[in-house]
Amino acid sequence: MQPMDSKLALDVGLVESCRQAAAQIADRIAAETAGRTTVSVERTVARFLGVDGINELDVPLPNVLVDHVHDRDGLGRGVAHWLGNAMLQSGRCPQEIAEAVSAGELDLCDLPQADAGEIRELVARECELRMGEVSRRMDDRRALRERLGGTPPLRYMLSGTGNVYEDVVHSIAVAETGGDVVSVTRSTAQSLLEYVPYGPTTEGYGGTFATQENFRIMREGLDEWCERNRRYVRLSSFCSGLCMSEFATIGAMEGLDNMVNDALYGILYRDINMGRTLIDQRVSRMINGYFGIVINTGEDNYLRTADAVKAAPSVTASQFINHRLALDCGMGEEQIALGDAFEIDPPTTNGLLYEWAQAQLTRELFPNCPVKYMPPTRHMDGNLYRTHACDTLFNLITIATGQGIQTAGVPTEGVHTPHLYDRVVGLECVDYVFNYARDIGDEIQFRPGGIIQTRAREVLRQAHELLERIADVGMFRAIEDGTFGDVRRRIDEGRGMDGIVATEEGYFNPTVELMQGAGVA
Amino acid sequence: MPEVDLRRVKPYGDHLQDGLIQLSFTLPVPEGQGARKTALELASKLGLDRPEVVHDQRLLDGYTHFIVYGHCCSTADYTAQQVDELDLGYMSEDEIEAYAEEHIGRPIVVVGACTGSDTHSVGIDAMLDLKGFQGNRGLEGYRAFDAHNLGSQVPNTTLVARAIELDADAILVSQTVTQQDLHIRNLTELVEIVEAEGRRRRTILACGGSRVSNELAKELGFDAGFSRGTYPHHLATFLVRELAARMERAAPVRSGV
Repeated sequence: MQPMDSKLALDVGLVESCRQAAAQIADRIAAETAGRTTVSVERTVARFLGVDGINELDVPLPNVLVDHVHDRDGLGRGVAHWLGNAMLQSGRCPQEIAEAVSAGELDLCDLPQADAGEIRELVARECELRMGEVSRRMDDRRALRERLGGTPPLRYMLSGTGNVYEDVVHSIAVAETGGDVVSVTRSTAQSLLEYVPYGPTTEGYGGTFATQENFRIMREGLDEWCERNRRYVRLSSFCSGLCMSEFATIGAMEGLDNMVNDALYGILYRDINMGRTLIDQRVSRMINGYFGIVINTGEDNYLRTADAVKAAPSVTASQFINHRLALDCGMGEEQIALGDAFEIDPPTTNGLLYEWAQAQLTRELFPNCPVKYMPPTRHMDGNLYRTHACDTLFNLITIATGQGIQTAGVPTEGVHTPHLYDRVVGLECVDYVFNYARDIGDEIQFRPGGIIQTRAREVLRQAHELLERIADVGMFRAIEDGTFGDVRRRIDEGRGMDGIVATEEGYFNPTVELMQGAGVA
Repeated sequence: MPEVDLRRVKPYGDHLQDGLIQLSFTLPVPEGQGARKTALELASKLGLDRPEVVHDQRLLDGYTHFIVYGHCCSTADYTAQQVDELDLGYMSEDEIEAYAEEHIGRPIVVVGACTGSDTHSVGIDAMLDLKGFQGNRGLEGYRAFDAHNLGSQVPNTTLVARAIELDADAILVSQTVTQQDLHIRNLTELVEIVEAEGRRRRTILACGGSRVSNELAKELGFDAGFSRGTYPHHLATFLVRELAARMERAAPVRSGV
C-alpha cells in the first residue's frame, strides 16, 4: 500500500518520537523476558519436530512429552535437547519417542547423553526438513492468494457455530457474498486451555474449538470453493491464550492466511500472566512472520471496556508498540494488521468525525500496514435497524480512509452469534458502500484546524505522552497501572505463570534458530 | 377513529386490527418457486393470513432467505397479563441512598462475577463498576453498597467462596453466552453450590443477562433475574428493598418503640 499524502498535517517529529519510545519499550520487554522459555514454546518445538496426536487419556503428545521433561527439571535445556538425544540413542523418530514416553516405556532424562554438538546437528536437520515442507506449501498458497485473492479493503467475516461442519456452510455463504477472509471464532475460554484440543469438533460455546483438524476441514471447504469459483478466500484463526505459538504452528501447517495475534488481549481480558504470554507472543509472531501469515492485533478490544473517545490515545500508543514488537519478530509491515475499531457511542455529537480522525490517523501513522478495522459492537443493543445504520457509516469510514482489512458488521451484533443471513446482509451493505463511495478518500481534504485535524493531532499528542510514560516505567508496570482498557494486571499473577522456565547453559530451540538464521528477528 | 380493544390486541401495520407481521427467515432449500411456496405454507401454518413473500434471496446452494408479510389472525389480551413486579417503582440513585440509610444503615456487601467459561464481563461491569452504563453509575459509586466485581470466567465455586469470605448480602451473576443453554446449566450449578454451603437463606441471589428473565431466574432458584434494558439503579432498588424486607422479618419491630 502506498503511503498517502497527509490529510491531518501531523507533526512528523512527534511521530518519530513515538516510534523511538515504542522501540525502547519493545527492547525492554525483550530484555525482561530474555533467558526464558515456556511450556508452550517447547510444545511448539515438539510439534515442528513431528510430534502430534493424543494418548488414551486424550492428552496431546506434545504436552505429554514436555510435561515429562518438565517434571524431571530438564526443560531448561529445551525439549529439543532431550528429543535429539533420544533420537540418537534409540534411532527412533520424535513421534515414536513421544509415544514411548506416553506409554511409560522411556525416560528421556535417564538415557546416556550423546555429544551436544551431534544432538544439535541432528535436531536442526530434522527441523529444517519439516519446516521446509511447510514453507513450500505456504509458498504455493501465497502464489494462489496473489493470483486469485481479493484486494483491500478485504472483507473479513466471523463464523463460529460450535460445529466445524456448519462453519464450512457459513464460510461458503460468506464466500458467495464476496467475503475475502473467513475467521472462525473460538469456543469461549479456549484461550485458557494449556493444550490444543485434538480432532474435529461439533460442540462449542460462543465459537468453535480451534484444532488442527478443524483448521484442515475449513481450509479444504474453502479451497474446494476457490477451485470451482476461481476466487481465493483467506482463512483466519487466533494465536492467543496459553498456546499462542502452537496455534501459529498448526496454522502454518494447515495453510491459514491470517491470525489474530495479541498477547495483550490475553493479559487484560483472560488474566494470563504477562511475562508468560509475551514470551509466547514473540515465538508465535516469528512463526507467523516466517510463514507469511498476516497478523491482526487487538487494540479494538480496549474500546469495548474503556470509553472510545477517551481511550483513543491508548489505542494509538498500543499500535506503535505492537508494530515495533512485530517488526522485532521479523514480520514485514505488510503482515502487520494493527487493530482499530468504530466504537464511539452513537449518540455522541460529531462521533463520525472523531471516528474519521482516528481511522485516518491510524492509516497515516502506519501507511504500509493493512490495519484491521472492527465494526461497532459495544453499544449495539439488539435494535438491528440502528446497528445496520451504524455499520453503514462504519463502512463509509473504511473506504474513505483506505483500511486494509475490515471486519464486516452484522445487524444482529449483541443479539446472537451471527446467523447465515446476518452475514450476507452485512456483506451486502459493505459492497454497496465500498462501490458507491469508491474514491471518496481521494476527493476529501480536511479543513486545516477543523474538528478532524484537531482531534487527530490531540490523540497523537496524548499517545506520545503515554508512550513516553510507558518507556519510562516499562510495559509491565504500565499494565499494572491499568493503562490499557482500564484493566489492571500484576506481573506476578495470572494464568500460566508456572509455565515459564529459565533456560540453562546448553539450551537450544531449533525452530527459533532456524527462523533467525533465515533473517527472522 | 376506532378505539383499541385491549382485550383483543393485534399487530399494527398502518391501521388498527390489520394484524400485519413481518418475518424474516432462512430455509435450507434451493431458491425458486418451490422455495417461495414452502415459505408461504410455513407462514400459513404459523397462523398468518394472506402471506406474501416480498423478498427472497439465494444465500448459497441449498439455502434461501425470505422476507414475508402476513396478517395475524390471533389476538392477545393486554388486560390479562401478569406484570412482573420488578418492572414497577424503581427508585433513583438518591432515593436508594436515603432508603438504605434509613432501613439498612450499613453498606450492603455485594459480590458479582461473570461465571463459568463466559468471558463477556460487559453486563456485570455495567452493574457494578463505578463507570456504570449510559451515564448511570454502577453500585461501586453508591454509598449504600460495598461492591466487589470479580470479573469474567470466574468459577462458581470461587464466586461463592469469595461471598462467604466477605459475608456478602448478595451474589450477582451475569451470563452472556447462551449457546445451547450453557447459561442455564451454569446458573443452576451456582444455586446448588450456595445451597450446599448452607448460605441460600441469608444470601440474595440475582442473575442477569440478555437471555435471562425474572421468570427464568425464579424457576432456577434465584431471587430475581434482570434482562436487557436493566440499569444499575434497577438492580439497586431491588437489593435495598429485598434486604430491608429480610432484615425486618429477621428482627421484628421492637416493643416499646
